Amino acid sequence: MIRDITIGQYYPADSAIHRLDPRVKLSGTMLYIISLFLFDTFICYGAAALFLFAVIRVSKVPVRYIVRGLKSILILLLFAVVFNIFLTPGEELFRAGFIRITKEGLRLAAFMAIRMILLIMGSSIMTFTTTPNQLTDGLENLLGPLKRIRVPVHEIAMMMSIALRFIPILLEETDKIMKAQQARCADFESGGLIQKAKSLIPILVPLFVSAFRRANDLAMAMEARCYRGGEGRTKMKPLCYHGAEYAAYGILAAYLVLIIGINLVVNRILG
Amino acid sequence: MTSRERDACSRRGIDCSMKMIEIKDLIFEYMRRDDEGNVESVNRAVDDVDLDIEAGDFVAILGHNGSGKSTIAKHINAILIPTGGTVWVNGIDTRQEERIWDIRQSAGMVFQNPDNQIIATVVEEDVGFGPENLGVPTEDIWKRVEESLRAVGMLEYRRHSPNKLSGGQKQRVAIAGIMAMKPKCIVLDEPTAMLDPNGRREVIRTVRELNQREGVTVLLITHYMDEVIHADKVIVMDEGKVVMQGTPREVFSRVDELKARRLDVPQATELAWELKKEGIPLPDGILTAKEFADAFADYMRQCGGQGIR
Repeated sequence: MIRDITIGQYYPADSAIHRLDPRVKLSGTMLYIISLFLFDTFICYGAAALFLFAVIRVSKVPVRYIVRGLKSILILLLFAVVFNIFLTPGEELFRAGFIRITKEGLRLAAFMAIRMILLIMGSSIMTFTTTPNQLTDGLENLLGPLKRIRVPVHEIAMMMSIALRFIPILLEETDKIMKAQQARCADFESGGLIQKAKSLIPILVPLFVSAFRRANDLAMAMEARCYRGGEGRTKMKPLCYHGAEYAAYGILAAYLVLIIGINLVVNRILG
Repeated sequence: MTSRERDACSRRGIDCSMKMIEIKDLIFEYMRRDDEGNVESVNRAVDDVDLDIEAGDFVAILGHNGSGKSTIAKHINAILIPTGGTVWVNGIDTRQEERIWDIRQSAGMVFQNPDNQIIATVVEEDVGFGPENLGVPTEDIWKRVEESLRAVGMLEYRRHSPNKLSGGQKQRVAIAGIMAMKPKCIVLDEPTAMLDPNGRREVIRTVRELNQREGVTVLLITHYMDEVIHADKVIVMDEGKVVMQGTPREVFSRVDELKARRLDVPQATELAWELKKEGIPLPDGILTAKEFADAFADYMRQCGGQGIR
C-alpha cells in the first residue's frame, strides 16, 4: 500500500523529455499549471489534456504510472467536486429538501476536477522525467537570485535531493518494522481511526531513531567525500541551453498562445 | 617492499620512500558527559597505538567490536582528531585543520552501510559527487566517473538507480565514488558486514584488484578472517591496543594466541591446527583450502598412504 506513492519518483527512460534541461521542465510545469486556471471553456481543457498526453507519449512514461499518482488525491478531489456541486448558487436543475444542484455548480465541479487531475498529472510527469538531482540543480539555478538576500539556496536544494533519495529507503524500512511488529502480533488493521493512529506510534519511534542514525552516517560519508557546501563546487552535469531547450520553450509559447486564442474565440461565439 | 609494489608505485608516480600513513602513540578517549556537561566517565577506545602503512600496501585490521579498529579508521580520514599522539596521512598531520580537505582527498573512506553513503539517485551522479566537491572541471568529472566505474566493474549500471542494486553492487558504487576522487589510499570500515557471502566476495575481489592494478593503498577493517588472507600485513587489535602484527601467515601461525582472544582463524588454518593437535605433522600458517590440500597430500605421500586407517 505504501508503495503506491509515486510522486517524486524518477522513471528511467531515454526520451527527449528526459534529456531536457530541468529549468525548462520546471518553468514549463509552472506555466502549464497557471494556464489551467486561465480559461473557462471545455474545448480549452480538451486542448490542454491533448497537449499533456502528447508530452506523456514523448516522455515514454507509461500512462498507468501517472494515473497511479492520482490515487493519493482521490479524496481531495471528491471533496472539491461535492462542495462545488452542492454549494454553488445559480440556475437550479434538481432539488430534494435542502439539497440542490445547479447548472453552475456542475460546471464548476467539472472544471475543478479536470484542473486538479491535469495539475497532478502535469507535475508528476516532471518528477518522473527528472532525476531529483537535476530537479534540485534546476531549482537552485532558478532560485539563484535569492542568494543575494541570504537565502541558503544550495543547502535547501541539497536537503530536498537527499530527502527524495531517502523516500524509498525509509518506505522499505517502515515496511520492515511493520512486518516485525506484526510477527509479534501487533494489530494495525482493526479499531477506529484513533485506535489505528495509536498503533502507528510503535512504528514511528523506531523509524525516527533509524532516520537520525542514517542522517548521521550520511553526514559523515558526505564529509569524508569532501562536501563543504556550495562554495567552489563544480557540476558534473552543468545546466546549459541547447537547441532542444529553445524548441521546448517555443512549443510552450505556441501552446499558450493557441490555448488563449481558442478561449477568446470560443467565448466570443458563445457570449 | 616487493617488486609488485614497486611497479605499482612507479606506475602511479608515488614516492614510495614516504609512508602513506604513520600513526604514533595514538590515544583516543570518548568522554561521556552528564546533563551539566561534567565528564562522567572516560572510555579509552585507542590506547597508545603505533602503526606504519607503506604506499601500495594492502593492510587489514582485525578485531572484535569495540576493539578500537573503527576508531583508528576515522582518525585517518580526520573525522576524529587524536586525544594524544599524532596521525600523519600522506605526510600531513591530521590536526592541521586547514588541510583537512587534502587529507580527506588523499585518504578516501568507505563505510559499512552502503545505503547511508550513496547520495544521488543515479549511480553515475553519485560517483561524480566527490569530484564535484573538489571542484574538478566538468569534462574531467565525466572521465573520472567512467574510469572509476570501470575499475569496479559497474560501468554498465551507470544510469541505474542505486535502490535497485544488490548490496555488493551498492558497495562497489560507493568504492567507485571514492576512487573518482583519486585518493592514494582507501580506508574500508567493515565494508562487507552487511552483505551476503556473494556480495562479500565481490567487494573483496574489487578491493584487491584496485590494490594490485591501480596501486592504491588499502586499509581494510573487518572481522571476517577469510578476507585478510591476501593482505600484505595483518594487524590484530584488542581492547584498543595492537596485539599482533605481521603477514597473514605469521599471524595465523599463532592460532592459540588468537583463540585466547576469542578470534577466529580461516577455516583451512583451523582444520590444519586441529589435525596437528591430533599428531598429524602439518606445517604452520596454512591459509587457503588449496594450501591445505597440498600439505595434506604431501603428508599422505610421506607415509605411503598408511598413516590413516
